[in-house]
Amino acid sequence: MARKLNLRIWRGDAIDGGLKDVQVDVNEGEVVLDVIHRVQATQMGDLAVRWNCKAGKCGSCSMEINGKPRLACMTQVASFGEDETITVTPLRAFPVIKDLVTDVSFNYKKAMEIPAYEPPKELQPGEARMQQVDVERSQEFRKCIECFLCQNTCHVIRDHEENKKSFAGPRFFIRIAELDMHPLDMLKNRKRTAQEEHGLGMCNITKCCTEVCPEHIKITDNAIIPMKERVVDIKYDPARMFAGLLKREKRN
Amino acid sequence: MTTDKAALERHKYDVLVIGAGGAGLRAAVEARESGLRVAIICKSLFGKAHTVMAEGGAAASMGNANSNDNWMVHFRDTMRGGKFLNHFRMAELHAKESPDRIWELEMWGALFDRTKEGKISQRNFGGHEYPRLAHVGDRTGLELIRTMQQKIVALQQGDKREHGDYESHIKVFAELTITEILKENGKIAGAYGYWRESGSEVLFEAPAVIIATGGVGKTFKITSNSWEGTGDGHALALKAGANLVDMEFLQFHPTGMVWPPSVRGILVTESVRGEGGILTNINGERFMFKYIPDVFKDKYADNEAEADRWYEDQDNNRRPPELLPRDEVARAINTEVKAGRGTEHGGVFLDVSKRISAEIIKKRLPSMWHQFYELAGVDITKEAMEVGPTCHYVMGGVEVEPDTAAAVGVPGLFAAGEVAGGMHGSNRLGGNSLSDLLVFGRRAGMGAAAYVKQNSSASVSEATVAAAAARIEAPFARTGGENSYSLHAELQEVTHNLVGIIRTGAELKEAIERIAEIRKRSANVAVSGGRKFNPGFHLAFDLDNMLLVAESTAKSAIGREESRGGHTRDDFPGMNSGWRQFNHIASFDGNQVSVRKQALLFMPKELFDLFEVDELKKYMTPEEIAKGGSN
Repeated sequence: MARKLNLRIWRGDAIDGGLKDVQVDVNEGEVVLDVIHRVQATQMGDLAVRWNCKAGKCGSCSMEINGKPRLACMTQVASFGEDETITVTPLRAFPVIKDLVTDVSFNYKKAMEIPAYEPPKELQPGEARMQQVDVERSQEFRKCIECFLCQNTCHVIRDHEENKKSFAGPRFFIRIAELDMHPLDMLKNRKRTAQEEHGLGMCNITKCCTEVCPEHIKITDNAIIPMKERVVDIKYDPARMFAGLLKREKRN
Repeated sequence: MTTDKAALERHKYDVLVIGAGGAGLRAAVEARESGLRVAIICKSLFGKAHTVMAEGGAAASMGNANSNDNWMVHFRDTMRGGKFLNHFRMAELHAKESPDRIWELEMWGALFDRTKEGKISQRNFGGHEYPRLAHVGDRTGLELIRTMQQKIVALQQGDKREHGDYESHIKVFAELTITEILKENGKIAGAYGYWRESGSEVLFEAPAVIIATGGVGKTFKITSNSWEGTGDGHALALKAGANLVDMEFLQFHPTGMVWPPSVRGILVTESVRGEGGILTNINGERFMFKYIPDVFKDKYADNEAEADRWYEDQDNNRRPPELLPRDEVARAINTEVKAGRGTEHGGVFLDVSKRISAEIIKKRLPSMWHQFYELAGVDITKEAMEVGPTCHYVMGGVEVEPDTAAAVGVPGLFAAGEVAGGMHGSNRLGGNSLSDLLVFGRRAGMGAAAYVKQNSSASVSEATVAAAAARIEAPFARTGGENSYSLHAELQEVTHNLVGIIRTGAELKEAIERIAEIRKRSANVAVSGGRKFNPGFHLAFDLDNMLLVAESTAKSAIGREESRGGHTRDDFPGMNSGWRQFNHIASFDGNQVSVRKQALLFMPKELFDLFEVDELKKYMTPEEIAKGGSN
């Protein structure tokens, strides 16, 4: 039943590295992570790869498989041709630590910069009442398993290291959208800070993030575009502009 | 390359939390809110712990779906599920405090599914008398861990405002493994470990350590657990002088995936049955009706018509037997397969497509749909799933004081969540784990905070540091030794074949000998490659932990000559009320694990009186009944 698979694995570290070819057995139904584990157990004991649940729920085994950002545990070997060589490389948008493991600390830093949920001051535990239809919008974004494939594929940072400072990335745009659409969140101006502090404006909605999301979250359509539209409304709201003008005149 | 003393990375904290799953994070929040400085150690990235895999929900008697529910009903269900071997006080605290812990999560931003009135929705689960599980589709664990992860970030944001640094009072050390818990003068002084990324070593000095490392599933071949479930906390606690209670009790979840082989063991949530999924064998027979034990006959329907009516009218019908506690269902499936009535891949069928519509399946069980479609090519809205038992949860664990989660015998050491023992007795009910880790995670945080306020930190001696460092260096110094991957696979074969779901004295004896032999060989594990993110090196340490766990389990299992909950002996098939009066206590002398019996505390009268005497007679001896609860 087992057949031989040609696997090409990027091995190395921040300083140096390259693709190494190996042949490995593969059985029916196996995913790419299975064959990587087999290589690890039989040929390369120190091959570095992150993984946890092997069920598509934790988002640890993110890598690039034949150039596409994927979860190795959810990528069937059988989805490639029998003679095809499968090439696995580390996420490109983040610095390599070793082999398939990258330094994703950028994402945890960005997470710290998003203001937390703020419940109504008078709300007592157990007294929250929300309708299912109202929580579902945020629930879609809370499905996120933080695999950071969307961050990795987003060309705003994939090809432009210098943008990382001012751009939170799709994962955190859905975090902001989730809080913004939370029926009880009280913090104001989440959309405006998304635009002004987290780089929402740099996104030009190519939907690459949505395409790679293993949870099929409609990142662009349901989070980014609605926020962009509202930001535009706020910025170019004629009533607000008029009020702003009056204020300015008063000051003068 | 023993770590240079001058270069050794050192940290001082008030509380060190080992493990960043639900229990660890909840403990960290509590300790920080008590004003302490807290370090959280994660073996993987922050937010990836095994808690993310919990699917069905968190049990809490909020009474949102059925107003008859309350803590007393939940307490009774928990004790019944555990076959009355639970520590009554833990089960009591758990039942009383779970609702508050769930509501608290909501205050931190969790978004549970709702009832029509806008309250938190609650679903049915095995062994729970009323719909009791707060849930978010079938990804409740993810919601819990993300909520607490974000709560930690919120606390860090507060510290940034107040102290100018996000990490001034609570810091997450991700991808760091603890290899040893350190003591000085009989009390906790800190812990030692290494960064997985660089392989460099770290010393933590802290007067209190909370172990929240989860379970031991990776000791077994077929498991629902992630790679992290290597029993680290169980082993660290044993080595630090703590006891492990009732390690023979392992929960084999009845429904893991069985096909294709690469997904064998991955969990299929009990919610599938809670939502109406039925179990059938290869002949199309709904076999669970044959497996209702006497103790549950008055609560479970013995015919299909009544079982089906229960979904609509729970007050006037008994529950379907698919919703029996997990140990019963797992044994039933095992029996069907052994009798030749299983599928070609050694499972049985679980079908939810007959009862609910495709649309509702995708809404209520989205990740199950996804999992089967993408990994097995099965559309569960149209077809049955193939399922079989998978090692899921360890009921046994560190012996603790219920109110404080303090480990018995080791001042300054605390344990919460799956790594702690006692709460679930011989079998855990589904949904009681997520609530357990919230209730006892918080209590461990409180316990540690109270302890730290009374006990100052002892500094770790250089001799202790040198010994811990030498242990990490050892496998690198060997050449041509054993391969940790092969030894791990051998251990998994032994536990799977000899310490699995059905056990015998002879097989357990063989298991003990073979585990000892693997342990001997593991002392000679050699590591290839360098220190930097080297999984072979990491496994060498995990393996050591798994071996101690396996030894504790096998030695506890051979002693218990009865079948109860997650411990089934083919040579002692019945439940024995004499054995209900004892826990097994495993301890470690630095060389091997020994197991002794310890009298189980009897519940006080006010808890005893919550049960009908006729029910208790099924579990207890006439003498115990006559005592009527001891105060």
